[in-house]
Parts: sequence; structure tokens; C-alpha cells
Amino acid sequence: MSDQDTILNDVTQSEYKYGFVSAIESETIPKGLNEGVIRLISAKKNEPDWMLEFRLTAYRNWLKMKMPEWAHLKIPEINYQDIIYYAAPKQQAKYESLDQVDPELLETFNKLGIPLDEQKMLSGVAVDAVMDSVSVKTTFRDTLAEKGIIFCSFSEAVQEHPDLVREYMGSVVPPTDNYFAALNSAVFSDGSFCYIPKGVRCPMELSTYFRINAANTGQFERTLLVADDDSYVSYLEGCTAPMRDENQLHAAIVEIVAKTNAQVKYSTVQNWYPGDKNGKGGIYNFVTKRGLCQGKGSKISWSQVETGSAITWKYPSTILLGDNSVSEFYSVAVTNHHQQADTGTKMIHIGKNTKSTIVSKGISAGQSNNSYRGLVKISKRAEGARNFSQCDSLLLGDKCGAHTFPYIECENNSAILEHEATTSKIGEDQIFYCNQRGISTEDAIGMIVNGYAKQVLNTLPMEFAVEAQKLLQISLEGSVG
Amino acid sequence: MLHIKNLKAGVDGKEILKGINLEVKPGEVHAIMGPNGSGKSTLSAVLAGNGRFTVTDGEATFNGKNLLEMAPEDRAREGLFLSFQYPVEIPGVSMVNFMKTAVNEHRKYQGLEPMSAGDFLKMLRDKKQVVEIDDRLTSRSVNEGFSGGEKKKNEIFQMAMLEPKLSILDETDSGLDIDALRIVANGVNKLKNANNATIVITHYQRLLDYIVPDVVHILYNGLIVKTGGKELALELEAKGYDWIKEAVKV
Amino acid sequence: MSESIDSNTMKYKLINLYQQNRASILEGLPENMNRYRDAAIRDFDRMGIPEKGEEKYKYTDLMWAFGKTYGYAFKAHTINVDSSTLFQCAVPDLDTHTLILENGWFYERNNEHAALPKEIVACSIREASVTHAELFAKHYNQQAQEHPESVSVFNTAFAQDGMFLYIPDGFVMGKPIQIINLLRGNNPLLVNQRNLIVAGKNSQAKVIVCDHTLSHQNFLSNTVTEVFVDEQAVFDYYNIQNQHNQSSQVASLYIYQKKGSNTLTNTLTLHGGFVRNNVFVKLAEEHAEAHVYGLSLIDGKQHVDNYTFIDHAVPNCLSNEMYKNILDDDATGAFNGRILVRKDAQKTRAYQSNKNICLTPTARFFTKPQLEIYADDVKCSHGATVGQINEEAQFYLQSRGIGGREARMMLMYAFAYEVIRNIRVPVLVERYGELVERRLRGELSRCEGCFVHCN
Repeated sequence: MSDQDTILNDVTQSEYKYGFVSAIESETIPKGLNEGVIRLISAKKNEPDWMLEFRLTAYRNWLKMKMPEWAHLKIPEINYQDIIYYAAPKQQAKYESLDQVDPELLETFNKLGIPLDEQKMLSGVAVDAVMDSVSVKTTFRDTLAEKGIIFCSFSEAVQEHPDLVREYMGSVVPPTDNYFAALNSAVFSDGSFCYIPKGVRCPMELSTYFRINAANTGQFERTLLVADDDSYVSYLEGCTAPMRDENQLHAAIVEIVAKTNAQVKYSTVQNWYPGDKNGKGGIYNFVTKRGLCQGKGSKISWSQVETGSAITWKYPSTILLGDNSVSEFYSVAVTNHHQQADTGTKMIHIGKNTKSTIVSKGISAGQSNNSYRGLVKISKRAEGARNFSQCDSLLLGDKCGAHTFPYIECENNSAILEHEATTSKIGEDQIFYCNQRGISTEDAIGMIVNGYAKQVLNTLPMEFAVEAQKLLQISLEGSVG
Repeated sequence: MLHIKNLKAGVDGKEILKGINLEVKPGEVHAIMGPNGSGKSTLSAVLAGNGRFTVTDGEATFNGKNLLEMAPEDRAREGLFLSFQYPVEIPGVSMVNFMKTAVNEHRKYQGLEPMSAGDFLKMLRDKKQVVEIDDRLTSRSVNEGFSGGEKKKNEIFQMAMLEPKLSILDETDSGLDIDALRIVANGVNKLKNANNATIVITHYQRLLDYIVPDVVHILYNGLIVKTGGKELALELEAKGYDWIKEAVKV
Repeated sequence: MSESIDSNTMKYKLINLYQQNRASILEGLPENMNRYRDAAIRDFDRMGIPEKGEEKYKYTDLMWAFGKTYGYAFKAHTINVDSSTLFQCAVPDLDTHTLILENGWFYERNNEHAALPKEIVACSIREASVTHAELFAKHYNQQAQEHPESVSVFNTAFAQDGMFLYIPDGFVMGKPIQIINLLRGNNPLLVNQRNLIVAGKNSQAKVIVCDHTLSHQNFLSNTVTEVFVDEQAVFDYYNIQNQHNQSSQVASLYIYQKKGSNTLTNTLTLHGGFVRNNVFVKLAEEHAEAHVYGLSLIDGKQHVDNYTFIDHAVPNCLSNEMYKNILDDDATGAFNGRILVRKDAQKTRAYQSNKNICLTPTARFFTKPQLEIYADDVKCSHGATVGQINEEAQFYLQSRGIGGREARMMLMYAFAYEVIRNIRVPVLVERYGELVERRLRGELSRCEGCFVHCN
């Protein structure tokens, strides 16, 4: 059976596949947000004073800030006092061996397709598994350590590599950057930390898998990834959450620093629970992701497949500071039912001869709204900068919306910028052609959509490209009638 | 007419031409052949004065004048014509206006009065015959929406209009079907006389069946590695470029 | 008044100006014009003068225009000369019916020679509000009200005069109508001109609007023009903006299109220190077509910002938009083009293109196209580029013996020509072409045609 057939066969269930709740006892703190809660989180994690100070400063800033309103989103009011800011599966310590892990927890990740047993794992992928507020297991740590690569949970990094954390945390996304970044900086609970030393090519894919399980909680993780001179790493994050009727907030931060000639590839398959057909429940996904091409000739590539979340507010961005640095952004965003997405990228060109490429493919179905919002800024000293952007939107159905809001700011005349955007519906003649060859309309749409998104899917690491393809298809089920 | 001595040139610090020597006399047809990446198109671009390439050493004189010091337009006005491998499309600039400006700039350089509109249109008509170019093409914007063959015909049409002393045909045969190739070659042959010269740059021998060269050069890795009569082209066709690569290694 | 006045203070000064002069503004005008004013000034109070950075004014500081000291005339001054003797149009051989307005006021004696066909109504909007009360009431402020922009409500509160034009059903104009707006005086002046144009069913007309300054004072003209285009009508609106480089111009054009109508607007900005153009097109009934074009050639410290909003409210309409800018010296430019395809506006075709050339390292351009689409069976696209003159094309021209400067000129002209060639008055295509060429060569002075030669 070909890949295509496998995918089509798999697509039989139109419900969210990862919506189960695991019966894992969790330890939570009371609802609400104040300085006491922040001190409590910090104390639970046994953090040094500088970390607590960082959190409190961020919190005080957050209090002065307002929720951003410019996005093309309808966001119901969020009661920040009604959220639990810390939840951890009980039996909290890091597990030395798999035998100590709660079998229910292992089973959860098994069901998600992320076995934590290294023997059973996809070879060549190291995983940091984060459930609710804490990291439960990081695999292949020893293998990586041999090469000098540090890959661990953020909490461990704070304890074991405080100098690295202090040097880089907040250097790309300052705690005052925006409303959600400030909130995260105050209350973040865990996340992944990764450092690739000079000249090292990371031998396997690094991956963080985020899972929300507990109810009424918010998830606030942060990822910090530092690639030293001449290093290379490919990193992937995946996310899922149970189906619940109430909305849950996820406000994360990802920071990447790429030094001279370093290359970082950051891929995301975002599949948070999107809410049901009637728009009930789902995750609010308000994420700040930013990379800094600090060194000459460095490169940061973003690939994202966004199918989940009730509301997505997310703009993975790159600051091209080093001369000759390069950045790419490839995105497929699918919205169905009542989902809303306002997503895109920012490419800030500062260094000379910097290059950026943006390819965004939006697919809207149901009553959803899907917006691309992107900024390309060529600053005064960015001599010889180049940007090419392409934003395509595909509409399935007449009740959804597809929007494009590119911002292009050019302050250096040696720059060349091109932006193209098209919006169209799926071709009836294409569907008919497939129908005539015996393919059902639903399958035809899946094929056509995958073809449409291929340019982006091809940029994902192999192991996940197939997964992402399936996901696209599932997300669009029931979108034609 | 054209003397090239030890010409070295490159792009972005990478040397492509590594010391070219070439001598072209009036009335001659030279063919420069070579595998992809040997520097053929760089040579034509450098001679025409494309600013993308930097000359690092050597000299080139054209009719006794230092070619390398001249602006591209002055090289053209001196009588050097390049038929581009990929003629650029210029939307909004009509062919007629473009050619009228070019012809009159040439005349001004020679101290002649601009052509009257009537004379110019007559010239346009006459020259169209040479390359059997469609009337439609001259009423459009420069190369805009032209097919590959039309673009190449348009290059030869411009050559007819500007009556150059030295024409460099850069891969003029690429992408042409046999009929278009014949038309283009006929055009070139009709324009040939004892006072002008032609350099044909090509990868294949095919074009040389129509435009018969007096001298054939083989360019490889930035150097002319072999020069001979027209039979060299046939030998190359029979043995392929590997033969040259082997020969050079030894 | 200091130059660094903030927008809030300025707003209150202007509201105060309204309150103190309310009686003079209302005087002699009927209820159907005055009834909107108090609500408008309240809206203005609420909205304020938009700050730079707000989404619609992201790259433009309105205070450059509004933050200066201006006088205001609440009455038309008596003029003692025929304006047509002061001004010769820089567009020669253009055979038009010419109307002249001075400082936003319509003077009967300036316009006795327009020789318009008797079917056409061309008069001051003051007069029309009385003599064509019903038509006036039906259309006045209807569109501006739908998009309550700060600059428009400000105009609605203050407007006392401007141009009224009515082309009756089925009437086809032979020659274009040329409206020349002149600004002159001994003191800086703020002008709120208000125009209303109604094109009847199956009518056809072309209007050329030329904006000029005749003296070197600071002017701010804040104009609102509403155009109602009835079923199957064909209407063209060409605006040539050529004011001096210390003046400011904010021009808001509203176009409402009925079934099967076809409009073309083309805004050519040659000179003017600060220019903000708002173009709103509402395709309100099916099979309507709108072609929206703009071209600016600016240098020095000029700033030009074009904002457009095309509203596809119903199925089967077409919009085609193209804006181009060439920026020299320290000029800055912005484009914000919003296309809205409403739910059920199926079979919409909407195209937008914005291309810009920055000639110097200090010229800057900001562009923000916006597509908002709520219907699925549509073909929409937009493209935007910022760059320089194509070096390859320049080399090609030079390799044919055309000099470097000349080659650049040809390429700039060709770049601009893509906009010009869409003009539907053949002679105007040529004249526009000449104007553009002279502007590019630096030969067109801003006061071209003015015998005053004030600077």
C-alpha cells in the first residue's frame, strides 16, 4: 500500500484523536495569579533568587500591559484569576529509570505515539516529554551528552546550567516584549533547554512533546535553544490536549540563538484541542517564538503545521542580525469549524546581505477564520537584503474567511522585496477529475490540500511529514457536505 | 578587430576566466565551444561590460580602443553587439521606441543626425525581412511575452538594425526548434560581410552546420584549451567533452 | 502655536473653532446639509486626529499636516480677477469643459465659460443643496457616514462649499469635465472642500480634477468627494495632484456603484509636501467593475500615503487595483490597500498590485496590502514589491547603445506607464505620459503654469 493509501485508510474517525483524559493524579496549586503564586511556583521548583526576581519583574510589567487587540480574532475575555498556574503529575521527581514511571503516564505517551522507552522509540529522535507544568522524561540524554549536547528540561537547566540560562533567557524575547510573553515570564513552569556546542552536528532530531492533561490549568512553558558556532540542530515540537468544554490557555515562549554559521531548524506540529464542531472548548494558543541569527552566516528555519487550537495567535520570527544570515518560514495553517487563527511571521533584517523566504499556506473550512499576518522589515543598514514572500489561501466552503495582512517596511533601497498572495477556492474541475477516476470528494480534497501544502510539508523532518499529512486530512473532515 | 590578452575575470571573488587569449579579424567567424560552466557566457558578459563580473587581469581592445574601460553603451556604439542567451523582458518599453532610441544613440556617437521617423520606419520594415520577424512583435514591449524562439529572432533583428562590427551570439541556438534555428542562422549569414566579424558561443555543433566558422576554440575551465578549424567542432561532437577533459588532465 | 503641538490639543482647538463659528458655518445653508454637523463634530471628538501607528495611519503622521497654524475662511472672499487668467493648465491641448474653484469655493464668474451641455448640472454644492434639494438630500454624506473617518467627519462638520455635478440618466458626455482646484492667499489656510457627483443610469462621464497651489503659504486642503454611480453608468475620475511641497493634502474619495456600473479612478501625485489619499469603493450591486489606479513620483522630503478600501458587498463584481510609486531623495511613501469580500459575494474577482522603486538609500517605503475574504468562490490576489531599477534590464538597454541615464529614464517611464496606459482618455494618456516624463527629468516645476512664479 502506498503512503497515500495508508493515510486515506487511516482517516476514518473525524473526531479529535488525542482528546482522552489520563487518570493521573496531579498536584495543583490554587487558582489565581498574584505575587504569592509566583513565589510558590518558584519555591516548588527550588529556584535561585535571580530566577524569582526575573519572574516578579515580568509580573509587575504584565500588570501594566494590555491584551493586544490588533489581531483579526474574537477573543472572549480571559479571567486570569480563574486559571491554575501550576499542575504536575504526582511523583514529581525526575525518573531515573522507566520502571519508576507511573504506568498510566507511560501509557498516555504511548497513546500519543510518543513511547518514552528508548528501545521502542523512533530511532534518531530524542524526546523531552512535558505534561502540564513539568517535564516528565527526557530520552537519549546520555547519547547526546557524549557529544557535549545539553538537552534537558528547563527546570533542570536552571539548576545545572545556570550560567547558560542567565546569559540567554530573555535575550531574544524580553519579558516586556508583549502581554503574553510577560505573563509567561512570570509564571512559566517548565519546558526544554538545549545547547549545541561549537562545531557539533546534533546526530538526532530533538523533540519536545507538550501535553495538557489536568483541567482548569494553563500551560506556560518556555524553550531555549542555543546553537553555538558552526553547529546544527533540528528540533521539533508537538502538542495535544484532552477534549474539554472549557477553554484552556497556553502561552509559551520559544527563544533561539544561532551563532556564527550555526543552523537551526525548528518544526512544529501544533494539534492542541481545537474545540468541538460548535466551537465549544479548545485551547487558546498565544505563543511568542523568536530566533536571533546572531552570528554571520547563521540560519534559522521555521516549519509549522497548525491544525489545532480554538484560537491561535502566533508569529514565529527571526531577527537577522548577522551579515549573510538566512531565515525561512514555512507554514500550513488549517482552520475548521469555529477555529480562529492569526498567524504568520516577522523577518527583521538588520545585517548585510541577509535573506528571508516566507511561504504560508492557509486553509479555511467550516465557519473558521484564518489570517496570515507578517512583517518584513528592512532596516537602514541591511544593505543587499532580500525577501520573497508567498501567501496563499484556500477556501473550502462559503462560511469561512481567509485574510492576508502583510506589512512591508523598507528603509534601504538596495533591498529587493517581493510579496505575492492569492486566494482561491478548491478547483471544482480538480475534484471532478478525481471523482471521474473513482476517488470520493472527501479524499479528493485531502489529496488536493496535501498537494497544495506539499511545499511546506516537505520542509518537515521525514518522520513527521507523514504524521502532518494525516493531520491535515483529519482536520478537514466534515468540511464538505 | 578584437584582441584579448590574458583576460581574467570572475564574480563575487570567484575566478571564472583564467587567462583568455583571443584574436578576431574582420570577416571572420569564430566559434567558442565548451561544456557547461566553462566560462562561455562569462566571456560574452565581460566583453559587453556586464557590471556583475569583475575583470582582475589582462586586456581587451576593440578596434584599437581599450574595451574594458568603456561603459556598456559605448562598447555597443563602437560596434559590439551581444545576442543574449536570456533576453530580458522589459514591460512598458515598446520595441519601436527602444530601437529608435538605440539607433539614434549610435548615430549621435558617429556624429550623424537622428533619423527621421519615415526613414526609421522604412529601416524597421526592411530589417524585419532579414529575420522573418512578425509585425506583431515590434509593436509589443521589449521581449514581453515572447516565446523562446521569438526572443532569439528579436535579438538578430536588433543586430540587423544596429549593424555591428562584431557580434557575439551567446547560445543563440538554445531552446530553438529546427525552423527557428534556420531562420536565425540565415539572418546571421545575410548580415555577414568582409568588414564585420562574428563570435558564435555554443554548446552544440548543430548551429555550426548553418553558421560555418573559420576558427573553433574550445573553452574549458576558464581557458581556451584547443583551437582549430571547423573540423574541430565535428571531432568534439563525435568524441564528446570528456575527451577534452581527459586531454587537459594529461 | 508651536509646531510640536500634540494631536489632542489640536483636536480641541479645531472643535473650539467649530463651536465659535457654528453660526457662520450654518448660515445660508439648508437643513439637509447642516443636520449632520453636530453629530460629525461629536464623532471627531471621539475619534480625534489619528496618531501615527494606528492601523490605518501606521506610516503616516497626520500631525505633519494638522499640527501647523492655519487661518480659516468661513465666507467666500470677493475675488477681483478671473482665476483662469492666473492659471494655465500644464496639460496642453486637453479639450475639456473647465471649471475652477478657489480655496474650496465655487465662483459663478469663474465658470461662465465652461460651456457645459445644458443637461449637465454643474454648480456650487451650496446652490445644489437648495436648487436640487431632493437629489442632494438623497446622496449627501451617505457614503462618508458609512465609513466614519476622522478626516471625513471633520470635513462634514465644517464643509460649506465645493463642487456639485449631476449627469442625468442616459446622458453621454463627449468631452471630459476638468475641475481645477486652486489654493492661493496671503496667509496659511485650512480648506474643507466638499464635492458631490451623481452619475445617472446609463450615463457616461469623465472628470479630471487638478489640484494646484498658486502661492507659497502653508495650505491644508481636506477634501471629501462622494460619487454615486447609478446602474450601467461609466464614470472616470482622474486626479492630478500638483501642490507645492510645503502644502498638505488629504483627499477622501467615496464611490458607490450600482448594478453593472463601471468606474475608473486614477490618482497621479506629482508634487505636494504631504499627501494622504483615501479611496473607498463600494461595489453595492452585481456586475459592477472598479478600476483603481495610482501613481506617485516624489522626491525631496515629500510623503505620500495611499489608502484604499474596496468593498465587495455582492457577487459577480470585479476590482482591479494598481498603485506604483517612485521615490527619490528622502521621500517616504506608504500604501495600505484593503480588499473586503463579504460573505456570499461569490464569483468576486479582486486583484491588487503595489510596486515601488526607491532610487536613493534614504528613500523609504512601507506597504500593507490586506485581503479579507469571507466567500469561497473567488479569485483574489495581491502582489507587492519594493526594489530598484532592474539592473539586468538597464544593462540590456545599455548594451544596445542607450546611455545609462537615458536607460534609467526609459525604465522608470516604463514602470510608470503600466499605470498610465489604463487611462481611458487617449489624449490624456499621452499628456500624462509627458507630464510624468517631465517630472522624472526634473523639468516640471510645481508651479508650472502659474504666472506668479512665487518660488
